[in-house]
Amino acid sequence: MPSINDILILLPEIYLVVAACVLLLLDAWLKPGQKGAVHWLSILVLLVGAYLVVSGQPASSVTAFGGMFVRDGVAEVLKLFSLVITAMIFVYARPYLKERAIPFGEFYTLTIFATVGIMFLVSAGSLVTSYLGLELLTLSSYALVALNRDSSLSSEAAIKYFVLGALASGMLLYGMSMVYGATHSLDLHTIHAAIVGTEWKTLLLFGLVFMITGIGFKLGAAPFHMWIPDVYQGSPTAVTVFIGSAQKLAAFGMAYRLLSTGMGDAAGGATGLAPQWQLMLAVLAVLSLAIGNLVALVQTNLKRLLAYSTISHMGYLLVGFVNAGPEGYSASMFYAVSYALTSAAAFGMIIVLSRSGFECEEIDDLKGLNQRSPWFAFLMLLIMFSLAGVPPLFGFYGKLLVLKAAVDAGMLWLALVGAVAAIIGLYYYLRVVKVMYFDAPTEGTDVRATADAPARWVLSLNALALLVLGFAWSPLLTWCERAFAG
Amino acid sequence: MSNHLLSLLIWLPVVGAIPVLLAGNGRPGLARWISLLVAVATFAASLALIPAYDATTGTMQLNESMSWIPSLGINYSLAVDGISVALIILTTFTQILVIVGAWEIIQNKPHQYMAAMLMLEGAMIGVFCATDAMLFYVFFEAMLIPMFIIIGIWGGPRRVYATLKFFIYTFFGSIFMLVGLLYLWHKTGGSFAISDMAAVHLTLTEQSWLFFAFLLGFAIKVPMVPVHTWLPDAHVEAPTGGSVVLAAVMLKIGGYGFIRFSLPIAPDASQHYEWLIIVLSLIAVCYIGYIALVQQDMKKLVAYSSIAHMGFVTLGIFIAFILVRETNNPDAARLGMQGAMVQMISHGFISGAMFSCIGVLYDRMHTRQIKDYGGVINVMPIFAPFYVLFAMANSGLPGTSGFVGEFMVILAAFSANPWIALFAAFTLIIGAAYTLWMVKRVLWGNVTNKHVAELKDVNGREIFMLSAFAAGVLLFGIWPEPLVHLMDASVARIVEQLAITKV
Repeated sequence: MPSINDILILLPEIYLVVAACVLLLLDAWLKPGQKGAVHWLSILVLLVGAYLVVSGQPASSVTAFGGMFVRDGVAEVLKLFSLVITAMIFVYARPYLKERAIPFGEFYTLTIFATVGIMFLVSAGSLVTSYLGLELLTLSSYALVALNRDSSLSSEAAIKYFVLGALASGMLLYGMSMVYGATHSLDLHTIHAAIVGTEWKTLLLFGLVFMITGIGFKLGAAPFHMWIPDVYQGSPTAVTVFIGSAQKLAAFGMAYRLLSTGMGDAAGGATGLAPQWQLMLAVLAVLSLAIGNLVALVQTNLKRLLAYSTISHMGYLLVGFVNAGPEGYSASMFYAVSYALTSAAAFGMIIVLSRSGFECEEIDDLKGLNQRSPWFAFLMLLIMFSLAGVPPLFGFYGKLLVLKAAVDAGMLWLALVGAVAAIIGLYYYLRVVKVMYFDAPTEGTDVRATADAPARWVLSLNALALLVLGFAWSPLLTWCERAFAG
Repeated sequence: MSNHLLSLLIWLPVVGAIPVLLAGNGRPGLARWISLLVAVATFAASLALIPAYDATTGTMQLNESMSWIPSLGINYSLAVDGISVALIILTTFTQILVIVGAWEIIQNKPHQYMAAMLMLEGAMIGVFCATDAMLFYVFFEAMLIPMFIIIGIWGGPRRVYATLKFFIYTFFGSIFMLVGLLYLWHKTGGSFAISDMAAVHLTLTEQSWLFFAFLLGFAIKVPMVPVHTWLPDAHVEAPTGGSVVLAAVMLKIGGYGFIRFSLPIAPDASQHYEWLIIVLSLIAVCYIGYIALVQQDMKKLVAYSSIAHMGFVTLGIFIAFILVRETNNPDAARLGMQGAMVQMISHGFISGAMFSCIGVLYDRMHTRQIKDYGGVINVMPIFAPFYVLFAMANSGLPGTSGFVGEFMVILAAFSANPWIALFAAFTLIIGAAYTLWMVKRVLWGNVTNKHVAELKDVNGREIFMLSAFAAGVLLFGIWPEPLVHLMDASVARIVEQLAITKV
């Protein structure tokens, strides 16, 4: 029997599942003219969820259901930002869904379920919880990608995502079964303790490789990145923004739980498999940085460009993770949060500049934006320089931290690879700024921002936050560091 | 107030840019006046540095320190020495003239132009004030964004190519410097303070890596041969104001960086590779001078002459190692270093003035080709004397500021090695050749075509701008004492540090 304490620890998740079900019923019950209420209610649901996460946060790490579920500082940071960013995405999504007549209710309910999946994933205390969270997240995402039924691109993306995603899930599960075979446990702490004494080192290593395949797929790190460009481009932009931002937090959380809690080195001694996976992740990092940045150079579609840029950003996230100590994890988490905020703004911008019948997806569509809408051009400039990692914008400090973590781990070469990749990446971000500011608008096109006031306001706040956090990033860093210090 | 003077200097122009932007495209007059007001206020505030700064000790003064990122040991710490004070005043002075110079010339979105210039000014002052390496880096990079926009929007036909090249080139240099700084952070045990980095012991191998990391960052900025190729493009395509700021201030940041980072942090590696820098500097002085000689485009000519003149700065800085460590002649080292600093300030005035003059001609004729001009003196009798004066200063005529720095560096070089001095002195010939030949072709002779015949002479605004530059050029040419005095003690401290080995 679960005790009342267990339930209290899971309160935010339970609340969100119930609320999502209520929203689903409400959407079916409301008349077509009243469905706007679902939108505001879903945002409220998420914000209350965020409040529950923070207010019920225990002073130190606690577990529920016999260690299946962990609620600690790491989970708090990741959940809070996932919920808040998803709430922002809902604001961006409203004009998009409304103009294209994409069903409202399903979008909100599925996204909330996916968010619950994220929350389980980042709180996983055992292999089973991790896998359940992942499946809840990805199954909801497959449906979300296919939400625009009439679009063949959207359906194609959904099929690709589903086939590759199912394969990756299978790999992950296969790896988990090997780890279970070697350590006789599903609990991550028990696995960690059992690694030292196990006779099945080879089996364990095989399991590790398969699990890293699954994690790499979820992150979108090369060479498991093939799905990213097609899915990003084909999905409705309102879904792309969710996959491209909040889900990156989940991927980091999953990597942290499985690799660090499950197989990392305990403080002060090499007792886990960290030396093995450090090298594997370093290879993934280098490949992601190279492939992501080089292929992004030749893109003409903005969503595809951002897709390849994601791959390179996941490379940076791994550069920090490779440090395999609290410093590296906190740098990596900081990077995940900063990237999620920035990419939410980037895709939000695409939504705000698009309207029914005109998707502002090509880089050339932004031509002369500074003459038509100087404010949004300025915001996009902030977003691009943040992605490129130019100070004083937020994105720079994430890069600074991961490069520092690599230098401190004695991997100067990896930091240098990261530095070179930043120069290559700079070019395509500058190209976006170039078309906005230096080119004349194309005759006959009319790119302008949506009339939806909340979306414009939230996007402005989101992009300005990149500038403000570029000066006031200390609290977030302290928070990330404290999460891993305990 | 005085204990926040440096913060005021940095943030006044940055914050002042906001009302300029808000004035919008509809009220260009308002935007111009606000930006002029902000620039003048910043200049006035920078003059307050002179009484506030005690030039007799040469230490870092007017300290401000605030914890920025406590867990990484990054501080918002500012301080200035004599060299910084001189460069800050040069920056704020130039800025006023840039805004005056752009007054009616920039018609396309003047508010954005002025705002970008003011933000650029704040970042440049920040570079000269920062005593925390990470803060320095942030300002150093933040500078690129407004300059990128300035060249890209208001530049010439090939502006996009030039501005991308400028940004990527500079970013390329500085990112390796960032990795170097992170390595130093690791070595110092968690401090980004430049003084801590200077105090930490490093092997020659470590120093060499760091030296080259810094060299890449600063040599591109100066720029030194062979990483100078972005400069002619950027200068030619930039609007007049962009060229003026680029030449007068941004290039100096490279020389400033050598003094702040390379010399104190990697002194032994600097000594080890001094020959490299000296050879590259002499190539800049001689070979780039020849390249300037054959230019058809006035802006390109001045751009190449800038590279040649900046060669003196790097030469003056690095011969100090020969003088201090090999011939044991610290006085000559001080003279050379002093000369390098005077050359930085003087080149700021002269190159700013030359680009402004070319801007005046370009605004009327819309061409920078030397062959399109001829006999300009006949139609612009007020403008011509200014042009001649700046050209003379550019070729290092005694009595102008251009002479002082070069002469000091050549004297010091003579003590180090007469051959170096011989090659360096080459500039007096080649510099005179390319500058005076340009003057001959542009100003003298008969009016060559009807476009020149229709030229109108300079108006009051332009006279003000050129007179201000002329005042600077003549003042420091005839009476360099105040400038030398301001920087002398700080230079002496740097030379003392050179003698101390860190290995």
